[in-house]
Amino acid sequence: MDEDGMYETSIGPQSGRVSQNDLDVGLLQIVEPDGSYASEEVPALHDDQLCDLYRWMLLERTFDERMVKLQRRGELGTFGSGYGQEASIIGSGYALKDEDWLLGMGREAGAMFLQGLPMRDMILFWRGIEDANREMAKRNLMIAISIGSHLPLVTGAAWGMQLDGADSVVAAYFGDGASSTGAVHEGMNFAGVLGAPAVFFCQNNQYAISTPFEKQTQARSLAQRAVGYGIDGIRVDGNDVLAVYKAMAEAREAAQAGSPMLVESLTYRLGAHTTSDDPTRYRDRTEEAQWKRRDPLDRYESFLRSEGLWSEINHEAILEDVNNEFDAALQAADEYEPRHVDEMFDYLYAELPPSLQQQLVEFKAFLEDRPDAYDYIDQRAKG
Amino acid sequence: MQETIVGAINDALHSEMDADERVLIFGEDIAESGGVFRATDGLKERFGDDRVLDTPLSEIAIVGGAAGLAMYGYRPVAEIQFSGFLPPAFDQLVTHASRIRWRTRGEWSAPLVIRTPYGAGVKALEHHSESLEGVYGHLPGLKVVVPSTPRDAKGLLTAAIRDPDPVLVMEPKQIYRSFRDEVPEESYEEPIGEAAIRREGSELSVISWGAMMYPTLQAVENLGVDAEVIDLRTISPLDDETVVESVKKTGRALIVHEAARTGGFGSELIACINDRALMYLKAPIERITGFDVPVPLLSMEDYYLPNPPRIEEGIKRVLTA
Ligand SMILES: Cc1ncc(C[n+]2csc(CCOP(=O)(O)OP(=O)(O)O)c2C)c(N)n1
Ligand SMILES: [Mg+2]
Repeated sequence: MDEDGMYETSIGPQSGRVSQNDLDVGLLQIVEPDGSYASEEVPALHDDQLCDLYRWMLLERTFDERMVKLQRRGELGTFGSGYGQEASIIGSGYALKDEDWLLGMGREAGAMFLQGLPMRDMILFWRGIEDANREMAKRNLMIAISIGSHLPLVTGAAWGMQLDGADSVVAAYFGDGASSTGAVHEGMNFAGVLGAPAVFFCQNNQYAISTPFEKQTQARSLAQRAVGYGIDGIRVDGNDVLAVYKAMAEAREAAQAGSPMLVESLTYRLGAHTTSDDPTRYRDRTEEAQWKRRDPLDRYESFLRSEGLWSEINHEAILEDVNNEFDAALQAADEYEPRHVDEMFDYLYAELPPSLQQQLVEFKAFLEDRPDAYDYIDQRAKG
Repeated sequence: MQETIVGAINDALHSEMDADERVLIFGEDIAESGGVFRATDGLKERFGDDRVLDTPLSEIAIVGGAAGLAMYGYRPVAEIQFSGFLPPAFDQLVTHASRIRWRTRGEWSAPLVIRTPYGAGVKALEHHSESLEGVYGHLPGLKVVVPSTPRDAKGLLTAAIRDPDPVLVMEPKQIYRSFRDEVPEESYEEPIGEAAIRREGSELSVISWGAMMYPTLQAVENLGVDAEVIDLRTISPLDDETVVESVKKTGRALIVHEAARTGGFGSELIACINDRALMYLKAPIERITGFDVPVPLLSMEDYYLPNPPRIEEGIKRVLTA
C-alpha cells in the first residue's frame, strides 16, 4: 500500500487509539423480553411461517428432552442438548436455503433438521455410528467435534461457491468457546480477504463447559471481532427468534454479495454442557432461574398472542406430532442394520491399499477363529 | 493409601504445588469445576486463582503459554482436556517447547509439563480416543511418559514436574478409575526413562504401556506362558537397556499398543531390538496394535482395541515360529 492510501484509511481519533468503548455494538432485538415489539421491525414472514417457527422451536425442545432421557436409559452416548437455545438454533436455520451448506459443532440439531436431515440420523450420530455422518454430508451438513477447527473449511467451501458463482452460502455454527481458537480467527480473516459467501454464526451461550464468557475473552462482544477480520458483524438477542432470523437473513444476503458476516447470537445454555456434565459445580442456580424467565418459547408465544396467531397453534397437537416423529426415528435407529468390521476400514481411501486389505483379512480370520473375542466387544448398536 | 490413577495424579499435583510456589496449573475447565475427569479437583480451593486457572478454549495458547512461562522460570503444568485436541498445539511443541534449551544453547530451558488423557475405550465422540504417543515420541527434546498404575501416575508426574525439560504426560483415561492400588502418601519420583518389569519370565518378552498393560497381562495369564512383561512407562527417552536385556534372555518378543500399526512406537522398538539383539532372536518380532485407521466412533471402538484373545494369538505365533 502506498503512503497516501495508508493515511486515507485512517478515520479515527488523532491519538490513533482504539478501545473497547469504541466498539459497543448494541444488540438487535425485535421482541423485547416483556413481549413488546414494534410491528414495522417484524420480518416479512407469512402467518404460517410465523407459526412454523414456533413448531420448529418446540420440536427442538422436545427432541432435546427425548435425547437426554434416552441417554439416561443407556441408549445413547454422551449428548449435548440445545435447551434454552431454541430461538438461536431455529431462527438462524430458518433463514438458510436448501442449497446452503452448514458446518456445525453438534448443538444445532434443529438447524440440521431444517436442512432436511432425518431425526433418525441425529440419533445415530449420538450413538457413534459412522453412517450418520454420511447422511449429513448428503445434505451438505457436517459436525466438527474439534471445537473451532471447521472454520477454515467453511471459508474454503465458500470460496468454491464463489468460484462457481453459486447461489448458496456456507454457514458455520460454533460457540463462544470456539471463538478463542486460532482456526476461528484464521478462517474468518481469510473469508474477509476472499469475500467468500460464508456466514459465521456464533451461538454465545455464555459457557464453554464450565468456563463463563468473562473468562473466555475480555472483549465486550464477539460481534466486535468482525471489525478486526475486515468483515461486518451483528449482535443479536439469541432468545428472540425473529431477531435471529432477521440477522441471519441479512448476513446470508450480504455473504452472497461477497461480504461474509459474523453473527453473534447471545443466548444461554439452560441445560448441562452434555449429559456427562454437572453445571452445579460451576454456576449458580439463581443465574439459571434468571434465564429461565427469558425462555425463548415463552417470549415468542407472547408475540404470537399479540399478533392474534396463538389460536392457530395447537400446542398439544404439535407435541404429539413431534413425539410421534421421534418415536418413529428411534425405531428406525434401533432397527438400523448391525455394524460390520469392514466399516472400520471403509472410506479411508478411495481404494483400500493392500496393507490395509491385509489387516482386514487377518482380523476377520481372527474373529472366525476366536469367537471369544466378542466377549470384549460391546456390540451395542444403541451407543 | 489406596488410590485410583486419577486420584494419584490429583495427589501429585497437590504435593508439588505445596512444595514449589512456581508450579502453576491451568487448562480448560480445570479450576472451577476441577477438570472434566476431576484430576484437578480441589486445587483451586487450596491454592487460589493465581496458581490454578481456567483458560480460554485455546490449545495453542495453553501449550505455547506454558512454554513461555517455563522459559521465564515458572513450572507450568498445563492440561489438554483430551489428547485429541493437542494437535492444534503441535506446532508449539515442535517449534518451541521442545527446543528452547537447544535454541538458546542452554541459556534458557522450558521445564513445562503437559498432562493429557489419551486412548480409547470410554465411549466418547470423535477425537476423544487417539493414542499418538509415537508421534510425540518422535520429537527430539520432548520427553513422553505413559503411566499405567496409580503408583507410577503419581511418581512419574512428580518427576515430570521436577524435570528440567519439557515432559508430556499421557494418561490412560480408560483406566483412570478402574481400580485402586497402594500409593505412598509422601511424595516420590518414579524415574523418567526407566521401564518396569511387571512379571519376570523366560519364554518371551511382551512389551506394552498404558491401558494395554491389562489385556496384555490377562492374555499371558490365560495362556499360562512364562512371559516377561515389560511396562515401558516412558516412550521417550526409551529404556532400550531393559528391552534389549529381556529379549537377549528370551529370544522372542511381542509388542502391544493401541495406536495404529504403521509408524507406531512398536516400529521403533523393533528397530531397537534389531540394532542390539538381532542375533538373539529365535522368531520374528510380533505386534498386536490398532489398525491403520482412525479410531472408530463409539459403536465400533471395541473392534479396534487389542483384546486378550488377539494378544494370545500373537503370543502363540511368537512362541511357535
Ligand atoms: C479443540 C477442542 N478443545 C477442547 C474440546 C473439548 N470441548 C468440547 S465442547 C467444549 C466447549 C465448547 O464451548 P463452546 O464453543 O462455547 O460451545 P458450546 O458447547 O457452549 O455450545 C470443549 C472445551 C474440544 N472438543 N475441542
Ligand atoms: Mg458456549
